[in-house]
Amino acid sequence: MCINSTMDARFTRGKSAILERSLTRPKTDVSLSAFSLLFSEIVQYCQNRVYSVSELQNKLSELGQQVGARILDVLVMREKNGKRETKVINILLFIKVTVWKALFGKEADKLEQANDDDKTYYIIEKEPLINTYISVPKENSTLNCASFTAGIVEAMLTCSGFPAKVTAHWHKGTTLMIKFDESVIARDKALDGR
Amino acid sequence: MARQGSRGGSESKKMSSELFTLTYGALVTQLCKDYENDEDVNKQLDKMGYNIGVRLVEDFLARSNVGRCHDFRETADVIAKVAFKMYLGITPSITNWSPSGDEFSLILENNPLVDFVELPDNHSSLIYSNLLCGVLRGALEMVQMAVDVRFLLDTLKGDGVTEIRMKFIRRIEDNLPVGEE
Repeated sequence: MCINSTMDARFTRGKSAILERSLTRPKTDVSLSAFSLLFSEIVQYCQNRVYSVSELQNKLSELGQQVGARILDVLVMREKNGKRETKVINILLFIKVTVWKALFGKEADKLEQANDDDKTYYIIEKEPLINTYISVPKENSTLNCASFTAGIVEAMLTCSGFPAKVTAHWHKGTTLMIKFDESVIARDKALDGR
Repeated sequence: MARQGSRGGSESKKMSSELFTLTYGALVTQLCKDYENDEDVNKQLDKMGYNIGVRLVEDFLARSNVGRCHDFRETADVIAKVAFKMYLGITPSITNWSPSGDEFSLILENNPLVDFVELPDNHSSLIYSNLLCGVLRGALEMVQMAVDVRFLLDTLKGDGVTEIRMKFIRRIEDNLPVGEE
């Protein structure tokens, strides 16, 4: 009953044509300066509310997760005909190619698996868009604002049924380290075995 | 010799408006969590916009080659046709001039900040795109114009269009060194 009435409210709320909108790629592009200035304010805002670099990175990651969770559905509908990935390697390629193109205008530079650990993968970017205009102060040299991107990736993986932890590091440029849950790898192996 | 066109400066790089829109949405969501009421969120958005405007105007002047505006009408034209186009890829129309020429409205057809945004009922006094007011205020302050900027209408609130009202308050007198300008 309760659900019904809220549904009604939503549909009768009006002409908000939001549900009718086409999901095709929007034509308008904004300038990178506009984004960079906005992102810089976001970093500063977060910085004022934390005590350490790792807290700051967590905050940025949380904001990224908001973005990732929302962009996932639209990209799956638009680029994959609504079909979701079920294999680890496919979801990783989806992120490296499709997601990166949609968000940053190009594929990610590299996707690698850790030699010694089947749970761990890396997405490597020489010059991540997010960091284009950011210079990291010496005293905070571990700070990598690509934590925001890490959050985007983490939410996309988790919402797709691949729970993982994603963190950003300075290594060969910027490396996003993806650590999948044990269960994800176990399931993937089971799927292979069939 | 003709002067270099308005794109004389280095062409600005473009990026996905979706990432921009969603990033802004994530910010507003975070502010709604961090502050107790919508008024404070509006204030914070305005403040952040102001900080952006103060820096953005440098970028704008370097890229656009526009000189000093001689009156508020020229300012309105530059904002709508050059600046909005350059940064957000849209061109608002300019309407509703006050008789004395110190007030006008920008009508935004499709504000990229609000793509796919719906306001929940419990945030009825949130001015979602208030960042823009701060940006305009901050940028104009850097070119010695004190301006009042506010949203009059907002499609998110069910209005037919989005209208930003700009009112010229006064010229900011700088203490310029003798002999300069």
